[in-house]
Amino acid sequence: MTPPVLEVKDLRVHFLLDEGVVRAVDGVSFDVHPGHVVGIVGESGCGKTVTMKAVLQIVEPPGRVVGGQILFRKDSAPPVDLTRLSPRGAAMRAIRGAEIALIPQEPMAAFSPVHTVGDQIIEALRLHERQWRPTGPRLSRHEAREMTVDLFRSVGISMPDQRVDAYSWQLSGGLRQRAMIAMALSCKPRLLIADEPTTAIDVTTQAQILNLLRDLQRRHGTAIVFITHDLGVIAQMARYVVVMYLGRVMEQGSVADIFHAPKHPYTRALLKSIPGLHVTPRTLLPTIAGSIPHPLGRPRGCPFHPRCPDAIPGVCTERVPALRPVGPEQLASCFLYHQEEAAER
Amino acid sequence: MSETATPWLLEVRHLRKSFPIRRGFNRKLVGTVRAVDDVSFTIREGETLGLVGESGCGKTTTARCILRAMTPTSGEILFRAADGRIVDLSPLSRAELRPLRPQIQMIFQDPFGSLNPRMTIFDNVGEPLLVNGLRDRRARLERVAALLELTGLRPEYLHRFPHAFSGGQRQRIGIARALATEPRLVVADEPVSALDVSVQAQVLNLLLELQTRLSLTFLFVAHDLSVVKHISDRVAVMYVGQIVELATTEDIFRHPRHPYTAALMRAVPAPDPHAPSGDAALAGEVANPANPPPGCYFHPRCPFTTEVCRTERPVLREIGAGHLVRCHRAEELALTGASADSGIPSGQHR
Amino acid sequence: MTARPPVVAPETAEDRLSVASNWRLVWWRFRKHHLALLSALVLLALYGVVLFPDFVSTQDPEATDARLAFIPVQRLHLFDGARLGPWVPAVAGKRNPTTLRMEWGVDGSRKTPVRFFVTGYPYRLLGIVPAHLHLLGTAAPDGRERLYLLGTDRLGRDQWSRLVHGTRTSMTIGLIAVTFSVVLGVMLGGISGYFGGVADVVIQRLIELLQSLPTIPIWLALTAALPRDWSPQQVFFAITVILSLVGWTTLGREVRGRFLALREEDFVLAAELAGASRRRIIVRHMVPTFLSHIIATSTLAIPAMIISETSLSFLGLGIRPPAISWGVLLQEAQNIQTVALAPWLLIPGLVVILSVLAFNLVGDGLRDAADPYSQ
Repeated sequence: MTPPVLEVKDLRVHFLLDEGVVRAVDGVSFDVHPGHVVGIVGESGCGKTVTMKAVLQIVEPPGRVVGGQILFRKDSAPPVDLTRLSPRGAAMRAIRGAEIALIPQEPMAAFSPVHTVGDQIIEALRLHERQWRPTGPRLSRHEAREMTVDLFRSVGISMPDQRVDAYSWQLSGGLRQRAMIAMALSCKPRLLIADEPTTAIDVTTQAQILNLLRDLQRRHGTAIVFITHDLGVIAQMARYVVVMYLGRVMEQGSVADIFHAPKHPYTRALLKSIPGLHVTPRTLLPTIAGSIPHPLGRPRGCPFHPRCPDAIPGVCTERVPALRPVGPEQLASCFLYHQEEAAER
Repeated sequence: MSETATPWLLEVRHLRKSFPIRRGFNRKLVGTVRAVDDVSFTIREGETLGLVGESGCGKTTTARCILRAMTPTSGEILFRAADGRIVDLSPLSRAELRPLRPQIQMIFQDPFGSLNPRMTIFDNVGEPLLVNGLRDRRARLERVAALLELTGLRPEYLHRFPHAFSGGQRQRIGIARALATEPRLVVADEPVSALDVSVQAQVLNLLLELQTRLSLTFLFVAHDLSVVKHISDRVAVMYVGQIVELATTEDIFRHPRHPYTAALMRAVPAPDPHAPSGDAALAGEVANPANPPPGCYFHPRCPFTTEVCRTERPVLREIGAGHLVRCHRAEELALTGASADSGIPSGQHR
Repeated sequence: MTARPPVVAPETAEDRLSVASNWRLVWWRFRKHHLALLSALVLLALYGVVLFPDFVSTQDPEATDARLAFIPVQRLHLFDGARLGPWVPAVAGKRNPTTLRMEWGVDGSRKTPVRFFVTGYPYRLLGIVPAHLHLLGTAAPDGRERLYLLGTDRLGRDQWSRLVHGTRTSMTIGLIAVTFSVVLGVMLGGISGYFGGVADVVIQRLIELLQSLPTIPIWLALTAALPRDWSPQQVFFAITVILSLVGWTTLGREVRGRFLALREEDFVLAAELAGASRRRIIVRHMVPTFLSHIIATSTLAIPAMIISETSLSFLGLGIRPPAISWGVLLQEAQNIQTVALAPWLLIPGLVVILSVLAFNLVGDGLRDAADPYSQ
């Protein structure tokens, strides 16, 4: 088995506010293997965005990584612990953009309004040249432009030689997102992080972009971490799914396991509450009781217990369940499945 | 339109709204964006009409014209008022509209911008009451408390400020405010789009319950097909300012007759990994409302285009009981819709 | 019926937060800026002086005595030996053996004890109630003992008392001028932003016109046009009006921008759909949302007004003697000779700096505290 590209082990990110400490990510672990798509799904406050920022080392103060490791493997080299690198240091900057690329949620915000999209990609190419082309003569401006045009073509942008000279605000939503994907892929990263890349675009354009991502991923074998709240998108894109809630992983497993045999009460309730195209219309949806607690008002014990229909009093209210296997590839953090642990004093 | 026992509450006829595009120093008119381009439909009392479409289709503009938050360029908006009169809302002035305002209210998309952050919940929800003559503070307090309970919130929350509440709770407060004056028509503009999945379900359930309890009539604008399917009795699909299909929910989802409707359904990713992925995704981009293609607006992206589609504009016509389509080839095409059997457990019946 | 969601935030701290109005939140955030808090206290002290200038003064600010010219600062000592007893070195006269003239100066050997809450020269409290209580003074004020905490000028006038009275004038002008500017700016900016159309175009062009005029020549021209025979109070009023007529434009632009943005807000639309009148929407919904910001901006505008007045008066074109302001006081220190002989006459400059700094710090603190309300 090829070793994973990314191993997140017991990651903890805390925000130190005047009012208290917010445990945004509180012990999250998962692996990303080369060529796989791992989907991280959760609602607001679950910590999926902060996890992504921690991997890229762009967590803003007052947030800080306070524990755990993020091991990143480049080819056959020994893994690097990203939490040990200085966020602004040369080592991290070499990784960010070249080895690990980001497709952000809002492409308009990610492109500079005063530079053409082509220029920004050329800048990235030249900046990280030594990573994707370790030997050979330096990249000329002409070559860089040619490469950019090719990139645009490969992501399905029509009239690429003209679009290279366009500004981001001149492009439609779909085109901008494609340009963003081109930029992310320009330096041939090993890992791509897609942070809600299709939330801001129309559903027909979303279908195109998802097709594109699947296609590119098959061709280049890039590993993708796909972050979203849309369970439909996860079902179509991911091979492996991580379900997060209030900074912890509730359940993770293959996409078939999660959707067809969910074990954790949160996952089950979430799946039932989606108004799908296949659900009988105009009936009451089963909902999860209560609402997501305030980040400073974390419940004791299992974070989901106040809303859980199967909570075990005395156990779930007191102790935090660990992530344990519940199937060949599936893990869940729930006392319902770990009787010995629940019985433990 | 067809006749049934329940009278219609709102009839929109040939509604148009255009925005001028001005360039240059002297603001010369260089074009128009036809945001709403000849839209007609009716809503019956007690029903929910879903208005669905992607960005730029004109659904929000249509909703705002109906509310008279903007003035339509042309067309009629016929509303059956509480006293039985039928009023055309579109030419009315601000002063003429004022007595009708309590009868048509809106639920907003953004829970964070729709409540005045400087006013308490009591002030926010009580505003429509105060403005329409209920000056007695105690009476208002009682009514607001009742409205909060109706929407699932504790009445003690009256004196809190919006910043103390989550998105879902703020939407409930927004719903309470919309119901304060006992409106006959409620226009909901993407009320659940900005909410988390689990909260969406709660708010949708609330809207369904309130509709039954208070016999409300909804115009539900959304871009999410699954949500629209869940809450609407009839659905209208819009594309670039026009209605391309209008039918009952069941009809439109089982047997869509317009290629765009079918494409929209195919594009929605199903929460089932074994469902076939959208291999035949719709090509191209949404047409530009300032410069729509000749003939049928959809023809550049349509897999079934023929010569007539390129040259002649199709009209909205009835091809089945209550099923309207704007397509030259509607009779010939056999399109697939979303299947009704589910692999995911469905909710309980009411 | 659907399950009722539980209370969002169970702790009491959260409860307090949830019923906190905007002003309370602003205050809580402001409290954290210690420097701004300190400056606010300084300003409060200064405005206390503004209200009760005669109480704080030791001498009649107009009383001249040429013999007592250029007496330097009498340093206030707090301890007499080991006891707590404030005293200053006495002012004593010596006959100059050559010129046979009395010369007054500070005599280090003799001490004049300083008392608090003494009887001094009569005045009217707040202009109405006759009183003669003063904060500081000597045991025998109209006798041989004098208290000149900041020295005297060339006419023998007590600088401390004059500074106190000058503070009243200068701080008041600043405040009133800014108030007028705010009223003008909010009104015209609001009309411009809310109604748009022709009103917007006219008002914006007016703002541009006013802003393109060079301010200093305008002030000079306007104040030079004031009749020379006007009383100091009339001059005071005229200066205030002139300053505010020129100063409202920046605020007007900002207010217009805010109104334009607010017009599109959902809650404003909700109020319109409820049937609220235009007036109610502006007054009840729009203005309160940016009021804290306006206050912060105004606080930052006061120093500019103070400096404008000080400069005008310094040049002899603003407040004129016998009225007293910081600018008038600094006029006395206009030449090198005076500065070399009596450097204490520059102390009003220090007070100008102190008040401007204090306003800037408070304004900064307020602006930061008022800023991100939406979380």
